Amino acid sequence: MVFAILQRLAQMLFVLFGISALVFLIFFATPGSDPAARIAGRNAAQETVEAIRKDFGFDRPLPVQYAIMMEKLFVSRDLTSFVNRGLEVVPQVMRAAPITLSLVFGAAVLWVVGSIAVGVLAAMTRDTIIDKGLMILALIGVSMPVFWLGELLNLVSQSRFHDTFLFSWVPGLGYKPFFDGPWLWFKTLVIPWFTLAALYIGIYGRVLRANLVETYQEDYIRTARAKGLSPSRVMIRHALRMSLIPFVTMFGMDFGVLVGGAALLTEVVFGLNGVGRLTYQAMLNLDLPMILATVMYASFFVVVTNALVDILYVVIDPRVRGN
Amino acid sequence: MQETSSVNAPLLDVQGLSVSFSTDRGRVKAIDDVSFKVAEGEILSIVGESGSGKSVTLMSLLGLNDPKTTFVDGAVSFRGRHLLEMPDRELRRLRGKEIGLISQDPMTALTPVYTIGWQIAEQIRAHENVSKSAALKRAVELLAAVGLPNPDEAKDRYPHQLSGGMRQRAVIAMALSCNPKLLVADEPTTALDVTVQAQVLDLLLRLRDDFGSAIILITHDMGVVAEVADRVHVMYAGRIVEKGAAEAIFERPMHPYSWGLMASIPPIDGPRLPRLPSIPGMPPSPEAIPPGCAFAPRCRFARAACAERPPQRREGDHTVLCVLDAKEREELRASVLGEAVAA
Amino acid sequence: MSDAAAPRQMTETGGDAAAIPARPSQSPWRRAWRILRRDKAAIGAFVVLVLIVAACLAAPIYANDLARTDPFRSTLSGSIVIDGQTRKIMEASTTGLGLGTTPIGPTWHWQYMLGADNQGRDVAARLLYGGRNSLLIATAATLICLVLAAAIGTIAGFFGGWVDMVLSRILEVLWAFPVYLLAISLSIVLLTTEFWIGPFRIGSGSLILPIVIIGIIYVPYIARPVRGRVLSLRHSEFVLAAKGLGIPRWRILLKDILPNVTTTLIVYIPIMMALNIVTESALSFLSIGVQPPDASWGTIIQDGQGLLYTRPMVALAPGIAIVLTVLALNVLGDSVRDAVDPRTKLR
Repeated sequence: MVFAILQRLAQMLFVLFGISALVFLIFFATPGSDPAARIAGRNAAQETVEAIRKDFGFDRPLPVQYAIMMEKLFVSRDLTSFVNRGLEVVPQVMRAAPITLSLVFGAAVLWVVGSIAVGVLAAMTRDTIIDKGLMILALIGVSMPVFWLGELLNLVSQSRFHDTFLFSWVPGLGYKPFFDGPWLWFKTLVIPWFTLAALYIGIYGRVLRANLVETYQEDYIRTARAKGLSPSRVMIRHALRMSLIPFVTMFGMDFGVLVGGAALLTEVVFGLNGVGRLTYQAMLNLDLPMILATVMYASFFVVVTNALVDILYVVIDPRVRGN
Repeated sequence: MQETSSVNAPLLDVQGLSVSFSTDRGRVKAIDDVSFKVAEGEILSIVGESGSGKSVTLMSLLGLNDPKTTFVDGAVSFRGRHLLEMPDRELRRLRGKEIGLISQDPMTALTPVYTIGWQIAEQIRAHENVSKSAALKRAVELLAAVGLPNPDEAKDRYPHQLSGGMRQRAVIAMALSCNPKLLVADEPTTALDVTVQAQVLDLLLRLRDDFGSAIILITHDMGVVAEVADRVHVMYAGRIVEKGAAEAIFERPMHPYSWGLMASIPPIDGPRLPRLPSIPGMPPSPEAIPPGCAFAPRCRFARAACAERPPQRREGDHTVLCVLDAKEREELRASVLGEAVAA
Repeated sequence: MSDAAAPRQMTETGGDAAAIPARPSQSPWRRAWRILRRDKAAIGAFVVLVLIVAACLAAPIYANDLARTDPFRSTLSGSIVIDGQTRKIMEASTTGLGLGTTPIGPTWHWQYMLGADNQGRDVAARLLYGGRNSLLIATAATLICLVLAAAIGTIAGFFGGWVDMVLSRILEVLWAFPVYLLAISLSIVLLTTEFWIGPFRIGSGSLILPIVIIGIIYVPYIARPVRGRVLSLRHSEFVLAAKGLGIPRWRILLKDILPNVTTTLIVYIPIMMALNIVTESALSFLSIGVQPPDASWGTIIQDGQGLLYTRPMVALAPGIAIVLTVLALNVLGDSVRDAVDPRTKLR
């Protein structure tokens, strides 16, 4: 057991190391470009570039460069942006994180509830018109680019129908902190939540339906029915409970990636200054220190949520609890 | 026993049951005009090769087939109530309470994520208004009754933590949990080791005496039948071809198919046979069942008359669907089974 | 890459389709073809796709002969005649101070059928030209992705040992690397650097860049199932038997392994196409995909963002095109998977 935990930890560290090395290589070891000039940003003075070259050790071998970069990011945490003069990057990420968390958390609640409803209803009404209709809707959800859906909803709620009773409650774009007023916070986020969740309701609903249909062939479902349980109890306590095991793996992966900044398209469309948008803007400005910080932050979340999923697995599936 | 069952109404009375499935290639009849009765406390064994429709018959009695693709005809009365016409809600109250099911493969018959105690208590609480702890206490008693060592500890075990035999005992305990009048056991020993098989069969016999439940035992294993059954029905390709008391069927089997089944039991004593006799060919798939006697294509004694529906012949309570008359039957049986069995 | 997790749309199991009995007498391809031919949804989706591709291929005909416009040149001062009325392409703005201009809205005539964008270019014509790029990028990226994934997955699975160790670790890292971050990182670096491959210069506007980027990022999603498939085949009885008979390894690879890998890959083609179209549009929307003056469905949506409340058609039309195409591809993907290999799962 201890060995398994250690092994898992080692694996996490390896993945974190791999991602940081990969990002480092993409940005600082691309042939034909000067990393110091890159960090300094566009139109930087020659002295700045020279100072950076010394400071980051770009005149030394690659492994040393990598070590210096990681030291600045994790140990001294004083990595500063040169594009936005002297702004420290780590606090910036910390400021953006709650916005992303608010967005992703709400969307996750919506998509878990929504996809379970869709999947269960479709599986229970299998091969009927309800099932087919739901699956078509789910497929449309999967097929819509999220940024386009966001624009569509903006068009409807901010412009075309904003003056009707339907959408007059929708506040302007942008994030309002929770502690300034939970109700306003809620209202600004409802539509972004729905936008982000639509895709996942589609994906998870389809996967769940397929899993449930497969599970219904199992012997233990027959046993449950032979016990005289009601159809809803057979569905929820037995079939759904078993189908949730693969569901949790998917959820962990997606949640981690989204909290890590993958919700950037939604953030861009709704003017939410979360981690994704921060990353995106850093990239447009070629603000390399910032990019490094956000990418490391993102991979940290991915790795951590994956580890959490492993723990959750032990809770929901007694078979992996070992002997 | 036969006398009493004809006087009192039987526990279960199945008349003219037919089951068909809708497939890509139209409707296919899997069960054709099956009738049988089960008296209280009796063990009826339905024997046949895999695919002969044994399980389908029982699943349709319990309403466990997919109603969208399965069509059931006939009349089934259980303690005077008609199962097939029963609304689902009412049938559910019967399932698990008055009719218990023991599945074939204990490895897959229990939901893997719940303890066996929880699963037994779930069934009790589905039918009786008792508290969770009371239901769990009953579960422990049941586990003790089916011979699980350390039942108090076993109730907190998950299915994967138990051996196959232990799991089958747990499944049986669950089926018994509401004192059902009828236990339906679908190949309960097939997936188990031989030594465990014997234990489970002993258990079934003991439980019949303790709990007074009638048992329908589905199996393809004549050894199992010989050990426990009071009466035996032989099923082939969706029809019951022979019915009778267990001794009668073993001593004087009437259908050539039954002879084949008997002949393929390895003899326990006497000289070792160079080769175990077997029935040539395969049972037909449901879409290819011939209109006459379904066994005719594999039967050594088939004749032109077999293309028609075979007549029912009887010797007392022992009936068979076959053209052979009593005299010819005796001769041919002796030629297949020899003196040893016939005697 | 519609917010990062689209690959999961491929996770479904075959479900009820798995119950279709195999007829040993038929070859798997003929069986698949027989099933597909009777699948109305698949046929419908295929027809929709053919129509979309045909329309996009006909883009020059539409632009030159019907709309009579150059969709790549700004037309800020022109005017057209609709129903006898002369209308300016850039109309004076009626909102704000009335200083700006608003492009013409949908005319529902050949000229400017869907209106103009903020540079006075015909949206309908750009939609067709943009579709060419979107479809081209998606197709080429799918090919790159499948070829790379097949190579990596087969090598890792077939040779095992340290080769598998190294490749699997690399895939594992890529797996945990959020797809969108990888795409954006690559885009930024590649778009700001000029490349010389031999005598060929790949500039920042080249379509090759988005093709390569999109082709690379999903490799782990396909390579892992391919590796799993090869691994299970390598330990299957018929391959072990072939080895026992002394048949050389390359022959086993060619005769037994590759056909099976091909089956897996074919199932992924429509789904990957769908995913790549969405990814391309997202990258272009973030202005790190197709570069101006070239168009793609994603860039047109971006052009329409500023006009969203005044001329929503600019952003709506390419979005609808994407949804239709991707939906058709997903429907086709479902059908192909059910017909060819219902057990295929991604992840």
